[in-house]
Parts: sequence; C-alpha cells; structure tokens
Amino acid sequence: MSGRVLVGVKRVIDYAVKIRVKPDNSGVVTDGVKHSMNPFCEIAVEEAVKLKEKKFIKEVVAVSCGPQQAQETIRTALAMGADRGIHVEVTGKDYDTLGPLQVSKIFAALAKKEDAQLLILGKQAIDDDCNQTGQMTAALLDWPQGTFASEVSLEGDKIKVVREIDGGLETIKINTPAVLTADLRLNTPRYATLPNIMKKKIAQVKPADLGVDITSRLEVLRVDEPPQRLAGVTVETVDDLVAKLKESGTI
Amino acid sequence: MMTSSYRNQTHSGVAGRAQDVVHVPPPAVQSAVAHGVLSAFRSVCGEDGVSSGEAVREQHGRDESVHRCCPPDVVVFPRCVEEVSALAKICSRHSLPIIPFGTGTGLEGGVSAVKGGVCFSLRNMDQVLDLHQDDFDVTVEPGVTRKALNSYLRGTGLWFPVDPGADASLCGMAATSASGTNAVRYGTMRENVLNLEVVLADGRVLHTAGKGRRPRKTAAGYNLTNLLVGSEGTLGIITKTTLRLYGVPEATVAAVCSFPSVQAAVDSTVQVLQAGVPVARIEFLDDVMMDACNRFSSLSYAVSPSLFLEFHGAEGSLEEQVKAAEDITRYNGGSGFQWAKDAATRERLWKARHDAWYASLALRPGCKAYATDVCVPLSRLPQVLVETKEDLIESRLTGPIVGHVGDGNFHCLMVVDPDDPEELHRVHLFVERLARRALAMDGTCTGEHGVGLGKRALLREETGPVAVQVMQGVKDALDPRNLMNPGKILLPREL
Repeated sequence: MSGRVLVGVKRVIDYAVKIRVKPDNSGVVTDGVKHSMNPFCEIAVEEAVKLKEKKFIKEVVAVSCGPQQAQETIRTALAMGADRGIHVEVTGKDYDTLGPLQVSKIFAALAKKEDAQLLILGKQAIDDDCNQTGQMTAALLDWPQGTFASEVSLEGDKIKVVREIDGGLETIKINTPAVLTADLRLNTPRYATLPNIMKKKIAQVKPADLGVDITSRLEVLRVDEPPQRLAGVTVETVDDLVAKLKESGTI
Repeated sequence: MMTSSYRNQTHSGVAGRAQDVVHVPPPAVQSAVAHGVLSAFRSVCGEDGVSSGEAVREQHGRDESVHRCCPPDVVVFPRCVEEVSALAKICSRHSLPIIPFGTGTGLEGGVSAVKGGVCFSLRNMDQVLDLHQDDFDVTVEPGVTRKALNSYLRGTGLWFPVDPGADASLCGMAATSASGTNAVRYGTMRENVLNLEVVLADGRVLHTAGKGRRPRKTAAGYNLTNLLVGSEGTLGIITKTTLRLYGVPEATVAAVCSFPSVQAAVDSTVQVLQAGVPVARIEFLDDVMMDACNRFSSLSYAVSPSLFLEFHGAEGSLEEQVKAAEDITRYNGGSGFQWAKDAATRERLWKARHDAWYASLALRPGCKAYATDVCVPLSRLPQVLVETKEDLIESRLTGPIVGHVGDGNFHCLMVVDPDDPEELHRVHLFVERLARRALAMDGTCTGEHGVGLGKRALLREETGPVAVQVMQGVKDALDPRNLMNPGKILLPREL
C-alpha cells in the first residue's frame, strides 16, 4: 500500500457570511465576499492528518479544483498538516459550471495517478449541499465507500467506519483502497499554524492533463432568495385570536 | 464567569450601595426622551434602529454582575460610525446620558444606566475589517466577539489570545482592559490594542493613533490608545479596535501538578518564570476547588493546591520546557506531575480548570456565584491567599479559588444564597476586606474586571487623591457634562 491519502478541499463562501443573491438572479454574490475551506473539508483534512500522526498512513495530499484562489484553501490544508498540494486549474465559465460529476472524474483520475490508498472528502459542500462527490468518485473508481463517517479506524488493510444514518449509527468494514466522506462529529479540526505553511509545495495541473472533460450537463436557470418572512399580527384577546384563526381557515 | 442574579432583591446588591443606584431617571431625561428625541434617533438609524420596549431596555441595563438592572430610557442600534456620531450629537444637545453596550458580559455593572439615558447597542456593527496577515494586525467593529474573530482567522495561522471567560465584544474588552488565562505569555488588552476609533460625547470621531495607522510601536504623542483602554465607556464610544495578532502555536502541551501548600505552588510559578520557560498559562486551583471538581466530575485529583500549566512552542522545543517545569515542581515538593500533547488528553488533564465555575456552583445547588478579582505582586500571593482562606472560614463563606497565578491575579468564586440577606452582607464585607488586603500588599482592587459601579471608592484608595484628580481632569476635558456612562469609575465630585 502506498500509504498516501488524498483529501479533497473546496473553497466556499465562509459559513458566517450573510448570502446575497445577485440582482439578475443568476447566482449569489461572491466578489469581495469572505471565502474559506468548506467546514466538512476541514474535518476531512483533520482526519487525514490524525491518521498520519498515528502512523497509519505516510503522506497527506490536499487537492482543490478552481481558479488561483483555490491555492489559499490548499495552503490552509498544508497549514493543518498536509504534506503537499495539487491545484487543478479550472477558471471562468468552466468554474461557474463545475459540479460534483466533473469533480468526481478529476478525483478518480488523480486517485489512480497518485496511487492513493484512501480518498477522504467532506460529506457535502455548504454552498451547493450536493452530497454527491464522494459517492460518485467511489462509483467511478469501483472502490468501496464509507460515507457520513463519524468514526474511522484502520485495521490492517480494512477500514472500520461508523456511519451516521437516520436510524442511528451503522458500523461497516470495507476494503482499501476506499473513499470516505467526513460527517460533523468525526473530529474537531485543529487551527492552522504558520510554520507549517513555509516549506510545502503546491503542484498545478489541468483537467485535460488528467483526461477529464469538464463540460457541464446542467444549466442554472435562476437563483432566488427564500420568501421574506411576513410581519406577524398581535391580537388583544383570545376571542380575537380564535376569530383570526377561523378567518384564515386554519381552524 | 458570572451568572446574572440579584435583580429581584430589594437591597442594592453585594458590591453596590443604595445611593449608587438610582432607578428612576431625573425628569429632564424622561421628558427629552418623550418629546421628539425619539424621532431624531429614528431619522439617524431607521425605524428598526430605536427601541423603547421594556424587555429590550431591561436587557440592555444589566450585565453578568451582581448589580441590579438599571434600564436605559431607550436603546439605539447604530449601523456605522457616522450614525454613532450623529446620535451622540443629539444626546449631547439634549444632555442625555450615553451608555455604550457590546455583549453585556461585564462583571462590574458597567452598562447600568444609573441616570437613565440612551444605550448605544453596537451589535449591528459586526464586521471584521482590514486583516493584514503579514503585519499581524486586524481591525474589528464592536459587534465582533473574540471567538468570532478567532473563527474568522482559523485558516490563516493567526489568533487573538486574550481570553476572558465570556465570549465578549473585542471593543468591549478594550473598554474594560480585559485579560484572560493567556496573559502571562501574551499580555492583556493594554498590550494588544494598537489603535482605536472612538466617538466622543460631542460626536467628534477620534482615532487614538491616527486613522488607519498600525505600526507595532510608536513614540508619537500622548498615549491616547491606552487612555481609552480601560475607560469603561466613560470617555467615549469605541467603534473600531485594531488588534495585535499572534501565530497559532505549532504545538501545545498541558500539564498538571499538585503541591503540599499554596507557598510551594507559588514558588514553583515564580521559578518557572525566572527560568525563562515561555509558559502560556499557569492556573492555580486551591484545595477547596479541587475537591469541588472531583465531586462534580467524578474525578480523583489530589485534594490540595494545584497548578494547571500549558506550554506553547515549536514541536521540538516543548519537551525541554516541560522537563524544566517538572524539575522545578519536584524541587518544591510537587507530586503527580502529568503532561499531555494530544488534544483529547490535554482536555482531560485540564478538565478541573474548565469546569471550575460549574463545580463551584454545584457545591451548593440553588445558589448563585460571584467572582472576586484582585491582583498582587507574585511574592505577596501566598500571604494574601492564606489570609483570604482564613477569612473565608471565619466568615463561614464558600469561596473556592481560581487564580491566574502567573500574574498574581486570583478569583474567589463566592457561592452564595441569593435569598439570604445576612449571607449576602457577609460576602459584601468579605469582598471589601479582600480588596483592601490586596491594596495593603501593593496590589490592585481589580486585576481584570474593572471598576464599574462597585469599586469606585476602592479606586480612590488605590490610586490616591492626586491620581483621582488627574482622572477627573481628563474626564472633564473629554466629557465636561458627564454624559458618557455616568456613575462609573469615578465617584461624584464633592461639591
């Protein structure tokens, strides 16, 4: 086994930012807005670095797809303890239409190229909430998948994964190589530290170099804000309340 | 650290006196507010930016201290410094008191509107502005709390280390000269504020170090920045603060050790500092606190004075630091020295320190807690702790002790029955004796929490009449009509 883990990290609008829809309803405002690493990707990086600290794996490689700014996100992963980074350059219109299917193809190609033992992703991104990339990548690679992981342990050449599911917790054992997606309770990500960033390298590659066609088959028609919350009405007495409820057909 | 309490009491609270707290504002304020000032406020900060609702006013008239709630007459919510300035001008024209409000997590009654007036709630000004990673500085508005800032910075490798118990507004922390467990290594707000944007009582906007300036040091003119730090809203409304940031430590090690006596623990602290070990936190817990923690969390710490230490540094260097500290503790009779590097074990080792507040409360269910706050030179700490513990026993009070012993600063967490006026009175007297004991040992009546309402007389004892006259002179220069947060820090002038 190569002992190499690939971690996918996505640059998204920071979770604390108040999102605004563009006036032309084509998307959300991203210019000048704070971006950071998707929180579930932070958890994925933390898990990979922990595995390396426990000496289960040898190298953590952080990967991000996007324009130049994606390198900031990779640098955060390096500052958390990843060993090197790969920036897959996708810019302009291609970046606007980049979605889980294309990213899965890119990750699948990289996983093969880097002879990865494990691919760890966040379970979903907080901008599109797709929750698809991990599963699609596993399917493309024909690898087992441990998704919504809240606990991961390596046992020889198998992985035990405790998954968070609707009914509670499910424990599975899968072979490696495998794809894991990180859920909220998997760990608490460490803070980035400065000295870690200094000596590490980020390699650049294009989707075409990996033989991946990133044409999108989806077209966004329109983006709208959720409807504004209407003001409430105060009533003076219980009788008024009952009358209003009857009026509105609620009772 | 505090829970709100006592507002239903008929007396004036543990540390306040009847004449300090005026619940009904003078007629002039009431009528000004009633007649047309509200519409002037609304034209500045919008319909939603002004509230006279009782619940909103009460919420803005109390903090986490023992002092009774003194609600303002109206609360305004400005959105930018221009609005703050315009509102201040209106207040000035109508002689209305101005009370700045950040997160309301103060511990000395700083936001009590003792003369009524207008509370300026700054929570809508909540942007992190101007982060300069290479220069290690950032500017924030009053609505940004310390945890929010550190979350914002989490990808950069930088952090702001001043950590009072509450998740307080950073501008509020500047106003009260706040401090935390990290002060021994990283300093308090006094050492970490580079510049402030302040709106004065007359509406003028002051940049204490010059607009936008952020050199790491300066020798230019009077130190207005540190004049405003700790002024508790009595000199102006802080609308921006520029802070000094630090690199997140590459590695952290936590350690715990117990001692046969308070003296042994303090001696170890002094020697660790003298040895140049760059310790980041040294916290002291007395035997009563250790016992409380054991009971609360079903732990088995030794029930004796203990030190909780934390070391920050590069991966390689920490082992030496820990070894040096361990040798020192052993030399002083310390035992049970344990240390840990990974986050999970560090949490476990420090559990007693983290749970101290709740463990204290659990000693007497149904009671409230109040944290005292004094600071003395390190060498006087053993004596003041021993005398304080004797006083606690004699006064039949429950007061487990937690201390930032690296600074000579400690807190007795007074656990007291809020429905027992006699006990409350004993606590009140105890707290005064404690403050005077600290003053007698070349210390201060407040290490971290500020003067607020309850320590004004003690401040006068501490600094002496000349200093108080100079402070009054500064106050008169910046706020001649005493509109800025009246009733705090300085006692009313004798006429």
